[in-house]
Amino acid sequence: MPRTIPDNSVPAAAAASDALETRDMLLNVGPAHPAMHGIIRIVARLDGEQIVDADVDIGYLHRGFEKMCETVDYNGVIPYTDRLNYVSPLINNVGYSMAVEKLLGISVPERCHYIRVIVSEISRITDHLTCVGASAMELGAFTVFLYMIKAREYLWELVESVTGARLTVSYCRVGGVKADLPEGFAEQCAKAFEETRRVLAESDALLTRNRIFVDRMSGTGKISAEDAVSYGITGPFLRASGVPYDVRKDCPYASYDRLEFDVPVGTRGDNFDRYLVRMEEMQQSMRIVEQALRDMPPGPFQASPQTGRSLPASEMVDQGKVGNIPAIRDACAVTDPTLDGSAKPLHVSIATAEKRVFLPPKEDTYGNIEGLMQHFKLVMYGHGARPPKGEVYFAVEGANGELGFYVVSDGGNTPYRVRVRPPCFAIMSALPTLIVGDMMADLTPTFGSINMIGGELDR
Amino acid sequence: MDAAALIQALTERFPDAVRSSHAYRGDATIVVSREALLDLARALKGDAAFQMNFLMDLTAVDFSTFGKKPSSAFFASSGVAVRPSAELPDEHPWPGPPGVPNAAAALGAPPGPARFVVVYHFFSLPLKHRVRVEVPLEENDAEVDSVTSLWAGADWLEREVWDMFGIRFRGHANLKRILTYEQFVGHPLRKDYPVNKRQPLIGPDGHASDHS
Amino acid sequence: MEPSIGNDMSGNDMSGEGGFLTSRLGEAIGWARKYSIFQYPFVTACCGMEYMATACSHYDVDRFGAGLPRFSPRQADVLFVVGTISQKMAPVLKRIYDQMAEPKWVVSFGVCTCTGGFYDNYATLMGIDTIIPVDIYIPGCPPRPEYVLDGLLKLQAKIQAQHESGTRPAPEARPELELEPWMPQR
Repeated sequence: MPRTIPDNSVPAAAAASDALETRDMLLNVGPAHPAMHGIIRIVARLDGEQIVDADVDIGYLHRGFEKMCETVDYNGVIPYTDRLNYVSPLINNVGYSMAVEKLLGISVPERCHYIRVIVSEISRITDHLTCVGASAMELGAFTVFLYMIKAREYLWELVESVTGARLTVSYCRVGGVKADLPEGFAEQCAKAFEETRRVLAESDALLTRNRIFVDRMSGTGKISAEDAVSYGITGPFLRASGVPYDVRKDCPYASYDRLEFDVPVGTRGDNFDRYLVRMEEMQQSMRIVEQALRDMPPGPFQASPQTGRSLPASEMVDQGKVGNIPAIRDACAVTDPTLDGSAKPLHVSIATAEKRVFLPPKEDTYGNIEGLMQHFKLVMYGHGARPPKGEVYFAVEGANGELGFYVVSDGGNTPYRVRVRPPCFAIMSALPTLIVGDMMADLTPTFGSINMIGGELDR
Repeated sequence: MDAAALIQALTERFPDAVRSSHAYRGDATIVVSREALLDLARALKGDAAFQMNFLMDLTAVDFSTFGKKPSSAFFASSGVAVRPSAELPDEHPWPGPPGVPNAAAALGAPPGPARFVVVYHFFSLPLKHRVRVEVPLEENDAEVDSVTSLWAGADWLEREVWDMFGIRFRGHANLKRILTYEQFVGHPLRKDYPVNKRQPLIGPDGHASDHS
Repeated sequence: MEPSIGNDMSGNDMSGEGGFLTSRLGEAIGWARKYSIFQYPFVTACCGMEYMATACSHYDVDRFGAGLPRFSPRQADVLFVVGTISQKMAPVLKRIYDQMAEPKWVVSFGVCTCTGGFYDNYATLMGIDTIIPVDIYIPGCPPRPEYVLDGLLKLQAKIQAQHESGTRPAPEARPELELEPWMPQR
């Protein structure tokens, strides 16, 4: 006859009833963790598999963006803005440049607005590709990740042909952009979009009606519209909860009010709706870019043909220095390939007319004293664009939501205070609310669909 | 409502609280005293005329070196004195940073910009208007009421202001550092904190550095 | 001593050691190690995007044998530190490095990990070699995937050489430079 070993851990009275002593487990996720999105630390209190409480610790990528902005001049902030939301750097560039232009009270040419819209939307597509791809990979769909990164490569090649860099572009300037779109951009863009559409169709076929994907994403990470607004959440996250707020539609900037596009809005506020909103937003972004390419005012390529023979700008300078004026009298300087797209005929379409803010075309810098002085007054130590004393707030639609820049100027050549209102900061502050009640395994799709970008969250 | 109408409505509603206002570059801005902040915030959120359901941003500015000598570039200059470029003209110039709070002025503080200004940006989705609310604070009394009871997003935003500037928020349940670490001493975005004063957690030998 | 006949690539004197079979075995082990890299991608920031691009189909790090990341330091042998390391993150990095078993190598991916990048401020670690020894530095902000693959090939050569020599040359940790605290004159 088996002898029952007295079990001292459970009181005899309790053993008779259904009450069991339970203890919650504290599980620490991060800061070094397998999720591809960023370094944060989540301390979850688990009751079995269910999360009953969570605490989120951020700041592991705090790089002092706001402090560094106070040490460089207004254009020098632009490389720092690239590295905020580093998957859609052009949107950050555009946002900051437009905030400082608002402070200065200057306007940029129409074509420049269209160029900014085009590159912003391409950046938005790369951001959503990375987000959806990475969250699919974390759920096990590695193929979708590879497909989406392949599409992202085509878009990065496109961005590289315009800006010179794949990721950290520093393309916008206060008062314009660095250079106009290259020749053949429209064809290259059409090819890249054809690839992207094919990838999106394939990914859609693989994921949207995939039983595992739907089961894991539906019903998890739900947030109601009121809670989302209270947390200050904006962007695709908010729109998935049913609130149709998009800065491009409600507070339009650049040339968005002249372009036709739809803003997808979800209903349930769970991870699956966010996935659908992002997939549809990519299609809409491509629609915007195609319209913009069709509608934008033509660059002066066609408007002012070159007269006289062309001469490389550096050679013109050399001839001028030795006094060989007859050789350069009827010559037209051609800028270096590295300055492609910023030549004098194109300058009027990419830069503001205000001389105290934007660099002159290189032909003028090399060719006449006024251009040289303008260049000197903008780049030398102690000089630079000097906005009047004041403060502005300007918001653009970032890939994660409203990306706002609050710039305070004291009349000097460096910003006095630059504050970036990070969209995913608001979403991450809601993370405890999102995951409490769900199971531990639901943390992965929820965290993935937040699209937390460490550079933007921690700055 | 456009900026001017918004400022007028708020000034009429809170005549004692609103100390000054402007609409520089079209941004409606009001400067309020800190005692009135919570009531004002409640009205902004609840009133049908304002309906500010979004607290977009909550930040602060340290005005202690405003307009003082120009900043040096990152690299040391050659020492040659140069005349700086002219500022761009401004038809409606900005009135300037908020002055010292009334309480401090009553105690005889010298006039001038307040050391800290807490800046709130509100947005109304139904009415599509924005307003900026500024609360000036003095350095030795840098405390203001927390608005976490009205907007849940204020929680982390206020923690960040505490971390970066050292401004306390009364009524905040969990005011601890968020971007820097617990052992960090000082508030980095203050103008008197040197930009590259590091406080390493571990030294080169890999052990925790002696870090007070 | 320089590499020459009788010395190996690291300059160690091979003339009296082991002999033919041992050196062949050493080469074989080096060959096996360099083509079966299990990386621990310690990804923090923007460089992570280029890391993803290098790992995926366009540039494909798998053809070099380094395609399988292991998300546990116990199972990895190369620590890819990708992206800026802040002061808050530094103890975590040190702990992950300590948890890895020998033989282990460290690749410093991106200029923020090499020297701190342009974030010379209170929050950033000025180069991870102030706290852990680094084998390969890949500068760039972020480095193109071609640079990363170049760095990977150099790492593979280093791995091969280390095993050929039989001893591992000790990389040195660089002590943090003492800088005068700099304050903007405003």
